[in-house]
Amino acid sequence: MTVTAPVAERPAKEPKQSKRPQRFNEGTGRLAALLLSPTLLVLGLVVLFPIISALRESLFTSGTKLDANGFIVKGSTFVGLDNYLDIFKGDTGHRFWNAFYNTTFFTVVCVVLETVLGVAMALIMHKAFKGRGIVRASILVPWAIPTVVSALLWKWIFQADGVANQLIGAQVLWSTEGWQSKLSVIIADTWKTAPFIGLLVLAGLQTIPAEVYEAAKVDGASVWKTFTRITLPLVKPALLVAVLFRILDTLRIFDLPFVLVGPHKDSVETLSMLAYDQAFNTRYGPAAAYATVLFIYVAVVAYAFVRILGADVIGEARAKKPGGGGGGGKRWKKKNAVKGSADTSVGAVAMGGGA
Amino acid sequence: MAAVAPQPAEAGPIRRWAPLAGVAVIVIYCLAPFYWMVVSALRRPSDQFSNKIIPAPFSIQNFKDVFAGSNGFGRGLLNSLIVAGTVTILTLIIGMVAAYTLARLDFKFKNVVLAIIITTSMFPGISLVIPLLKLFIDIKWINTYQAMIVPSLSFALPLAVWNLTSFFRQMPQELEQAAMVDGCTPAQAFRKVIIPLAAPGVFTTAIITFIAAWNEFLIALSMTNKKSIQTANVIISQFTGTTGRDQPFGSQMAAGVVVTIPLVIAVLLFQRRIVAGLTAGGVK
Repeated sequence: MTVTAPVAERPAKEPKQSKRPQRFNEGTGRLAALLLSPTLLVLGLVVLFPIISALRESLFTSGTKLDANGFIVKGSTFVGLDNYLDIFKGDTGHRFWNAFYNTTFFTVVCVVLETVLGVAMALIMHKAFKGRGIVRASILVPWAIPTVVSALLWKWIFQADGVANQLIGAQVLWSTEGWQSKLSVIIADTWKTAPFIGLLVLAGLQTIPAEVYEAAKVDGASVWKTFTRITLPLVKPALLVAVLFRILDTLRIFDLPFVLVGPHKDSVETLSMLAYDQAFNTRYGPAAAYATVLFIYVAVVAYAFVRILGADVIGEARAKKPGGGGGGGKRWKKKNAVKGSADTSVGAVAMGGGA
Repeated sequence: MAAVAPQPAEAGPIRRWAPLAGVAVIVIYCLAPFYWMVVSALRRPSDQFSNKIIPAPFSIQNFKDVFAGSNGFGRGLLNSLIVAGTVTILTLIIGMVAAYTLARLDFKFKNVVLAIIITTSMFPGISLVIPLLKLFIDIKWINTYQAMIVPSLSFALPLAVWNLTSFFRQMPQELEQAAMVDGCTPAQAFRKVIIPLAAPGVFTTAIITFIAAWNEFLIALSMTNKKSIQTANVIISQFTGTTGRDQPFGSQMAAGVVVTIPLVIAVLLFQRRIVAGLTAGGVK
């Protein structure tokens, strides 16, 4: 942490005891509200409004129906929780649980693989002094490739007579139902995002001062001990946030299985694909119900993650609040100052996978 | 993996060369599939299924195919550019003010606002797309640019605000104070001192936002069904090719190269900045 100005009281609640010199930005709640309103308005329109109207939509069904007297009713009818109940029943129930399972399976496997590979890459890059520029450039390439293009690329690699089969010397039909199509999605997703986690972890590694390692060496710590006792705990804040965002990103995975394997494939159908498929067939009620279920799933996972593992998502932003810009000048010069930097990776990871 | 973990620095040959070998592995891992896309695009359509590492006679026929005929790929590129460009510009304009406010002003619900902004970026795209799709059908926005631009703000705006906030927070507050001592109003201090100095950060955010918007697929796929308005990503995924083979992988790879190369060049040119932007200021 950069040393901030002597801790000031929270400005709002109690009357100020130590009267500090008036800064230009004090007592500016109204100004802040004014300046923030465009952003909040836009987010309200494109995020909050859809979420609420999805909730509403999920309680209706559209299309023609016969009412109790045998008249044809057109348009939306209120059906209460029927759309939700239908999700769990019979064939749709089977399809839903399959998609639910696939979504969870992809998330767990991909995120674990990506984290392990990413951390390994970061450690290698941290050790290597030669070729760092090349690595950094090449690591950004998978990140920059649009997911759709990478899906097509892997589809091409996994062709029946493609290069993947030639390399392993077997004839695997990757795009058919079964474990192989799941595996192809996992490989493609891991390829695209593991380097990215590596990049973020590397940034975390670089803030660990060399003295800490020297001290460990003097104390005779083994390589493994050093890694588990020093490296991991110190990169943990950055890593946790990165992992959280990867999890949320993979839970909504859509483009990759959709393009790589295709729609209507049981082996890779995810909740997003299922909801999209319903909407595509103009069954908006069920689609909204699926989307809402996914939304709740994501919210629960995020909440649990933050609660249990304590991923500090708004991290430094909060820590900085009382001190205002006090430490700014110092930080401007001391770029290498060590900071507990949980927030750093957030914005980036939010778009890392581009689900 | 753990073998290359932090280790004592006595330099045996293995110790010395292991990181370099590791680097080579990473580079190959990242670039081999990309390389394969490029060489596949450069084959003649007739040797499309050859798996030679280097295309025997080079050919740019695939690239010609991509832009030829009924694909509408050129138009798709233009559409992508319009959508991603507009999203980036809108996001920067709206987001810059918010980011500056979050970085500089002290006010009561700052943590709440920060939490809201970061939370919005976590929502699954599909739960936003479905209700918006229905709305856009009602107000006849399907197959318009705004139908793709407006929903894209939902992920672009939080991203940009977050990035910009950390850039602004790195700048010493003395800058504005000095400007105000010299007689600027806070608004003028922002416009005449902060914006020019924050240009690198703004620029980085612009690149990152642009790439995110350019790579977007679900929204563009849902909101359009006419080729003339679809973005390049959607068009590539629905290529039928000009020669009528089942799947025109050659032209798809060529199209992939065309879509990707500008991004890759941008990334290579600005890698330092992008890395700094992705890890957003704090750690560096």
